[in-house]
Amino acid sequence: MLSKSQAKIFFLGGTIVTFAIFLGLSWHTLSTEVPKNTHEENLTEAVVRGKHLWESNNCMGCHTILGEGAYYAPELTKVYDRRGEGYIKSVLMSSGPWAPRGRKMVAYNMSEEEAQDMVSFFKWIGETDLNGFPPEPDLKQQN
Amino acid sequence: MKYKSQKVAYWFFALAMLLLALQLVYGFIMGFAHMGYDGLHQFIPFNTARAVHTNLLVVWILTGFMGAAYYIIPEEAECELVSTKLAYIQLITLALVGVAAVIGYHFNYWEGRKFLEIPRPLDWLVVINVLTFLGIILATLFKGKKRTTTSLVLTMGLVFAALLYLPGMIWFDNQTMDSFFRWWVVHLWVEGVWELIMGGILAFLLIKITGVDREVIEKWLYIIVGLTFLSGILGTGHHYYYIGTGKMWLIIGGIFSALEPLAFLGMALFALAMYRKGEKRHPNKIALSWTLGTAIVSFVGAGLLGLAHTLPQVNMYTHGTLVTAMHGHMAFWGAYGMIVLAIIAFSMPNLTGRKRYTNNTNVFAFWMSNIGMLGMTVAFGVAGVAQVYLERKVGMDFGDVQQEIQVHFFILILCAVLFTSGIAAYIYEFVKYGKPTDEAIEN
Repeated sequence: MLSKSQAKIFFLGGTIVTFAIFLGLSWHTLSTEVPKNTHEENLTEAVVRGKHLWESNNCMGCHTILGEGAYYAPELTKVYDRRGEGYIKSVLMSSGPWAPRGRKMVAYNMSEEEAQDMVSFFKWIGETDLNGFPPEPDLKQQN
Repeated sequence: MKYKSQKVAYWFFALAMLLLALQLVYGFIMGFAHMGYDGLHQFIPFNTARAVHTNLLVVWILTGFMGAAYYIIPEEAECELVSTKLAYIQLITLALVGVAAVIGYHFNYWEGRKFLEIPRPLDWLVVINVLTFLGIILATLFKGKKRTTTSLVLTMGLVFAALLYLPGMIWFDNQTMDSFFRWWVVHLWVEGVWELIMGGILAFLLIKITGVDREVIEKWLYIIVGLTFLSGILGTGHHYYYIGTGKMWLIIGGIFSALEPLAFLGMALFALAMYRKGEKRHPNKIALSWTLGTAIVSFVGAGLLGLAHTLPQVNMYTHGTLVTAMHGHMAFWGAYGMIVLAIIAFSMPNLTGRKRYTNNTNVFAFWMSNIGMLGMTVAFGVAGVAQVYLERKVGMDFGDVQQEIQVHFFILILCAVLFTSGIAAYIYEFVKYGKPTDEAIEN
């Protein structure tokens, strides 16, 4: 059976090797994959302003984006395709709580410009290559 | 206890208890909101409750870890902490930053990045606080007579946890990049360095409770933390399947994260084997229950329930659903909640000199909290699987699905009441012990 010093070598060796591989793969991802998959050339100032709004209002506290966040409100990565610009803007600019099926959303009362920035953010993120997420509902009845 | 300065630990544990109690309150607010009762929406909307609930979780566990370190390090290094005054200042400032953050969440002052909602200006205060903490621990270790493997693994976990907080503070314009580095903090904490901290505390408890030879326990500690990193570091890839980071992670993340349960299995087998091997029968049986409990429940909650949705083929459907909440609750409870409660249960008689050990209240606390959490996990699981099926397979609208699964949140709340009764009993016991005293020092 292993001695204590061999166990220590297993721990340190395993950690260093896997961490080095992780760093290498991360580098590859960040330098090559992410710019391509997220279409970084389309990352305009409006999109960045939209991301600021997304964070400063903690939208992730109810919704998910890229499948990450909370599970209280719909996933929004593809919301631009699903709902369109007009719908998104009217929700964000509403001065009363938006409450589909009784579940309330905070009334953000955004300005036209802010709502437009959010739309730009959703439009940009909706075009990201997500390896097929979210999946197509394959049991959906075709009408 | 053996050293006067270990008393500092008590106050960290007390703060942890307070934050835990508050965390449960916000959990109930969310549970009721999911059922359709959101009467507090105007004052505490869901995103506020959610940020408070998860941040209090992280902070009470970290506070517990700090308390554990202040208790364990003097005993392992065989010397007093270098400064108790600094430790108390660190405690108070930690509490103040925490309170400021939680209040801020009620007034839209936050950064909506899951688990890392603390705004960046406050982040810097956290950094200073943690540096102070690490300074005290490292200086004590340096000054001490002994540097045991247990204390080194624990300290290494704490140092890495602090370092890994930094990538989460960098601003990125690109949401995918932001998310990529957010997982460096969140994943590499909970499926990496926190397991080192957990392993260190577990080894300390097993040495004290079972009386098995330190050399044997520490050898296994190395193997377990070795398995943790071997699987957990590249296992970060299971967060990179569907966020725009490329196909390579489907394979890397799938393989390595599927190996992650091995570390938890190792931990469970190790704790049980040491318990059987040990000839010493420590009178603090309830601490033994929590110690073996954390090893077993973490294997089920973090290991098995994590494995259940870690493969990319499954995760494609479960990603971003209540299935994650199912795994998250039992994993955090088993691995990190219970280890903190274990070290508190072990150290309280030693800190206060009151050998209350096992009684009806703390046995009730152990079983009720665990049964309650198991029930909550099942409720989340049923709701989650139903959600996945209806939303991702059948293509029903999100809102319609939420109405279909409301009933499971009623069960969730019932189980949460059981859980809360257990935690209430635990806190009652904590209070009954009273304050630490120098008279409790053993020679």
